[in-house]
Amino acid sequence: MSEEKKEKKAIFSAKNRKLLINPLHKDNPITTQVLGICSALAVTAKVKPAFVMTLSVMAVLAIGNVIISILRNGIPPRIRIIVQLVVIAALVILVDQVLKAFVFDVSKQLSVFVGLIITNCIIMGRFEAFAMANKPWESFLDGLGNAFGYGWILIVVAFFREFLGSGTIWDYPVMEKLGVYSFGYENNGFMILPPMALIIVGVIIWVQRSKDKTLIEEK
Amino acid sequence: MYSNSYIFRYASVMVIIVAAILSSAAMFLKPLQEKNEAIDKMKGILASANIKATSGNAIELYKTNITEEIVITNSGEIVEASKSGEVEPGKSLAFNLDLKKELYKKSKNLEFNIPLLVVESNGIKTYIIPLRGTGLWGPIWGNIAVKDNFSTVVGVTFGHKGETPGLGAEIDTKIFQSQFVSKEIFNDGKFQSVKVVKGGIVTLPANMHIHGVDAISGGTITSDAVSEMLANCLENYVPYINKRN
Repeated sequence: MSEEKKEKKAIFSAKNRKLLINPLHKDNPITTQVLGICSALAVTAKVKPAFVMTLSVMAVLAIGNVIISILRNGIPPRIRIIVQLVVIAALVILVDQVLKAFVFDVSKQLSVFVGLIITNCIIMGRFEAFAMANKPWESFLDGLGNAFGYGWILIVVAFFREFLGSGTIWDYPVMEKLGVYSFGYENNGFMILPPMALIIVGVIIWVQRSKDKTLIEEK
Repeated sequence: MYSNSYIFRYASVMVIIVAAILSSAAMFLKPLQEKNEAIDKMKGILASANIKATSGNAIELYKTNITEEIVITNSGEIVEASKSGEVEPGKSLAFNLDLKKELYKKSKNLEFNIPLLVVESNGIKTYIIPLRGTGLWGPIWGNIAVKDNFSTVVGVTFGHKGETPGLGAEIDTKIFQSQFVSKEIFNDGKFQSVKVVKGGIVTLPANMHIHGVDAISGGTITSDAVSEMLANCLENYVPYINKRN
């Protein structure tokens, strides 16, 4: 009885909660670790692909972290990077196949970017930095947390880019319904292009650091 | 420390397991993926004739709108023609003809076949011609719908595997595709095709404006590829059209 209680407490201990919550803000993969920027630029022209990309990365990162964590004691250190890559590549191809079979339109939009999850530095980074040294449950939480942290930035960026660039949200024509076009409003085509994603990410980093001074590096 | 033989054994076992998982996933999901691809193709075909279809109703719309599916030889003979309702949507020979293979045969000066799809509404026929070509980074494809004089363009759709986003990839946008509407493929009975013109059609003589559209700035190679694809695919139908008249 007492043992069971102890285990339950351990599952969501303060330390474990931190694994889940820290990547959302203080340890955010994009804004603080500066990982996975390239995909953040590529898939954020619309909210829908950004959302699907988030789910895909979440699946790959959480499951991959668990697999690597289970294997961690058997992986020969000399080929550990190769083993990590094989796990990532296999999971990504699985995700790609599933997307093609069930949400073809989205998979068409994401096209090469799903394949590019393989090169998403967040995944390699978390495998190497966390899963290789921690137990499966902690690794799972860490994977989920980092994917969430990556995902919310992606979706916020996509929200602004789609809203200002295409005048829609989740393909729903918001601007048209508001009737702003009749006042001479035009969509800003520049928002669709990758540089604007960078600028929005920059603004998010700026806001985050001005709110939380501990994130600012000492010179 | 791990021995070399352990490393080799570890790597081999891992690779075999991963291969088994991936190939079985590919096998099980294949039928679903093929169905999705067929639906996507139908959507492209319908869109060129200005029929807007979603993934949900594409099969239904294809069934009701495409009245004839024809396969023609390069010398203009009809190989097989099926009227709507005779074959299930997506199962006809014309729909499944591999244009890539046929165009390869053409490049080798062999006999080849080409597909032609017909939409008939209120007694007016629109012909849809599938296209395929080579872009800058990979294949490009599309459909062009023409009026029953086989010259006036009703609409086009283009797709691509991986042209440069923002430049070549613009061929799949409405803005680019809408330029093709009511252009002419024939000039006084002579095959002209529609060219994508770098610098815009203003650089052409006035009487050629109906045979050209503006290219995409910065996407010259893809634009040229579209011209090439149109000419290469459309000219195959000239013998058939001449025989018809």
